[in-house]
Amino acid sequence: MKTTRRTLIAALGALLLKPLAAFAAWNEQAFGAKTAADALKTLGASSPAASKDIMIEAPQIAENGAVVPIEVSSSIPGTSSIAVLIEKNPFPLAGRFEFRDGALPYVKLNVKMGETSDVRVIATAGGKHFAASREIKVTIGGCGG
Amino acid sequence: MAVGPMKMRATIAGGNTDVRVLMTHPMTTAQSGQPLHFIQNVVVKQNGKTVLEAEISQAVSRNPVFTFRLKGGAKGDKIEVSWVDNKGDSNKIESAVA
Repeated sequence: MKTTRRTLIAALGALLLKPLAAFAAWNEQAFGAKTAADALKTLGASSPAASKDIMIEAPQIAENGAVVPIEVSSSIPGTSSIAVLIEKNPFPLAGRFEFRDGALPYVKLNVKMGETSDVRVIATAGGKHFAASREIKVTIGGCGG
Repeated sequence: MAVGPMKMRATIAGGNTDVRVLMTHPMTTAQSGQPLHFIQNVVVKQNGKTVLEAEISQAVSRNPVFTFRLKGGAKGDKIEVSWVDNKGDSNKIESAVA
């Protein structure tokens, strides 16, 4: 492609605009928390009520901690968000999913686990927090990846 | 390993729309000895309307694969998934529900 003044200006513009994308909301405090309790406190969900309406599908034993498939869903009416925490990871909060009108409270993802740990799932519905957890045994840790 | 293309498949299953998306991304942790580089935000849109917003950490595996489920939906719906990482890199993919 011939380099014209216009393409140069476009390239410069792209460079200038790029950092703006980094301002998308990301809860540094919650993701930087070193314990699940601290992460939950930051999310305003310190004492969630245990619930049997949160489903966690995951292997009992994960051979490779670098890729542990976890499938979560909530059948609590009005579930608006789901947070996934891996208790023994250096930074327990792995993700937080906000479901708007049009999305079902369901997500399947792959996570890294440093060692055998409880995985806690917090569902928020109508301003109340609910929790379920499940232990996943890890044969080879995957935090070096 | 660098940031790269995305792949997505959206299908109707059990009356809902299942969106399966793959993002090519190193997702490096602070423990790996490499620079911390991971996706922080993911947004899913259905026919231009935001239906799901996620914040994720470096604990998500390399080359993240997510499945999301949208209420109802029909063949031909436009699904868009985009991400932004901690260095300000971003990517997106759009496809129609098959």
